[in-house]
Amino acid sequence: MIEIGLGHYLTLGAVIFSLGTLGIFLNRKNVIVILMSVELILLAVNINLVSFSIYLQDITGQIFTMLILTVAAAEAAIGLAIIVSYYRNKGSIRVEEIDEMKG
Amino acid sequence: MIAIKFIIPELFLSISIFSLIIIGVFLKKSFEIIYRLTILVIISIIFIIFSANFETEKIFNDSFVIDKFSIYSKLLILVSTFFVLLISKKYIIDIKNNKFEYPIIILLSILGMFIMVGSNDLIMFYMGLELQSLALYVLAAIDRDNIKSSEAGVKYFILSALSSGLLLYGCSLIYGFTGSTNFEIIAGISNEFKIGVLFGMVFILVGLAFKVSAVPFHMWTPDVYQGSPTSVTSFFSVVPKIAGIAIFIKFMYLPFKEVLSEWQYILVFMSIASMILGSVAAIGQTNIKRLMAYSSIGHIGYAIAGIASGSENGFKSTLVYISIYVVMNIGAFACILLMKRGGKYIEDIDELSGVSKNHPLMSLGLMIILFSLAGIPPLAGFFAKFYVFMAVIESEMYTLAIVGLVTTVISAFYYIKIIKVMYFDEPRKPFEKFVDYKIHGSIFISCFILVTFFLYPSFLNEIVSKINIF
Repeated sequence: MIEIGLGHYLTLGAVIFSLGTLGIFLNRKNVIVILMSVELILLAVNINLVSFSIYLQDITGQIFTMLILTVAAAEAAIGLAIIVSYYRNKGSIRVEEIDEMKG
Repeated sequence: MIAIKFIIPELFLSISIFSLIIIGVFLKKSFEIIYRLTILVIISIIFIIFSANFETEKIFNDSFVIDKFSIYSKLLILVSTFFVLLISKKYIIDIKNNKFEYPIIILLSILGMFIMVGSNDLIMFYMGLELQSLALYVLAAIDRDNIKSSEAGVKYFILSALSSGLLLYGCSLIYGFTGSTNFEIIAGISNEFKIGVLFGMVFILVGLAFKVSAVPFHMWTPDVYQGSPTSVTSFFSVVPKIAGIAIFIKFMYLPFKEVLSEWQYILVFMSIASMILGSVAAIGQTNIKRLMAYSSIGHIGYAIAGIASGSENGFKSTLVYISIYVVMNIGAFACILLMKRGGKYIEDIDELSGVSKNHPLMSLGLMIILFSLAGIPPLAGFFAKFYVFMAVIESEMYTLAIVGLVTTVISAFYYIKIIKVMYFDEPRKPFEKFVDYKIHGSIFISCFILVTFFLYPSFLNEIVSKINIF
């Protein structure tokens, strides 16, 4: 059996973080997917913080995580509200079509 | 209990936000009264801050600090918000956006900025940043029946959320490698864990660059500036920039001061790239709000040049720069808010053609402001650039200074092009004539400061020289 240590958790965090970042840049279809990618990034940070907190025997990281969870919820709420108001005007939330302004 | 007396401005702000929401809900047609109360709240906070003594004070386990630096930034934020609210009221009513939430959201974002510039801890910093950003997302999309405004909201939300995520990842790395979220403790042991701190620092720099719209993370700026209502654009181009630059300075000079030689190159690159893009990309613009966006990217480049010098004079010159930048931008947007014809606000630069025949005073004011933005002596904009370049040259970064000077000349082209359009092109139909003493007064105050600054240029320097963040 392999001992699962800090490095594994950090790798997991880094992988999820990269998936989130790539999800934002590669996605051409739907804004909701971008919202999910942002959540993924924040969750990757949470994994990082919790594993660091356990490793350092320090509670600060876990408190930080709770605050990030709260903020992430607020951010998702506002993001959805903005997307709804965009949808009412445009009738579509395809990423390629968000191009009223260019230059 | 002792700690509470040091955060009275923040407490007062949050309590008044909640009271204003209650008043707004229970009164019908409450926009007018809420707007006035908001301005009153801002004025009272200015007085509250002035009535406290300016001693350095650390509270809440050293996570929040009240010092001259944060007080200066807070006052600058308040004063500029005051003027932004004054000039934008008529516009908000004209575009039928007079909902009472509007000034309250602005107050909320100010509360976030207060927490952010006073923070001495990564957690406190993040909470302030998010409070500010969440309010700004809503502001960008506030004109919800306008497709451009909601599109600006979507774009700003996506990119800003991404940048917050990057910044947060950096925070988690720094916490992991140094074992603390306190800025001073991080500074103390950042040399021992250099690789980890550097990793985190790069992520945090990316996030901060997003917030102040420095190249290469500027993509959102032109679209958001153009799309959101002009009143919001004038807020965006001024107030979050002050907070962003203030926290930028704080990060570079407090937790990361031991790794100065590492961040200096990144900042020099950002600064040069912003200055070049800000001056080159603005040349082809036809929309004045978009042009102001590129102009603000360029100005942020000069402000970052001051920070990049890494010296004490450097960050002080940046503070001077951002203060003068605020004066110029408020004046410029006050002029833009006067561009109204046939009941509609217009944003094309061509529409300004020959405006000096019909509106001599407004075009004189806009000319002074544009000359100052271009950095032509003896206006204040020249002194702002002068101090920054002095600090840069003192640190022997000659390339940065030369690039800065060259881009100043290039950017003068598009500012002067507007002046040419205003004064030498065929006049069109005059703008709607209306007397709004708030807008005209703001233009006058802005021009007055810009023109008379050279009489006593060290005035601002003397205030700033008392600021110390170490």
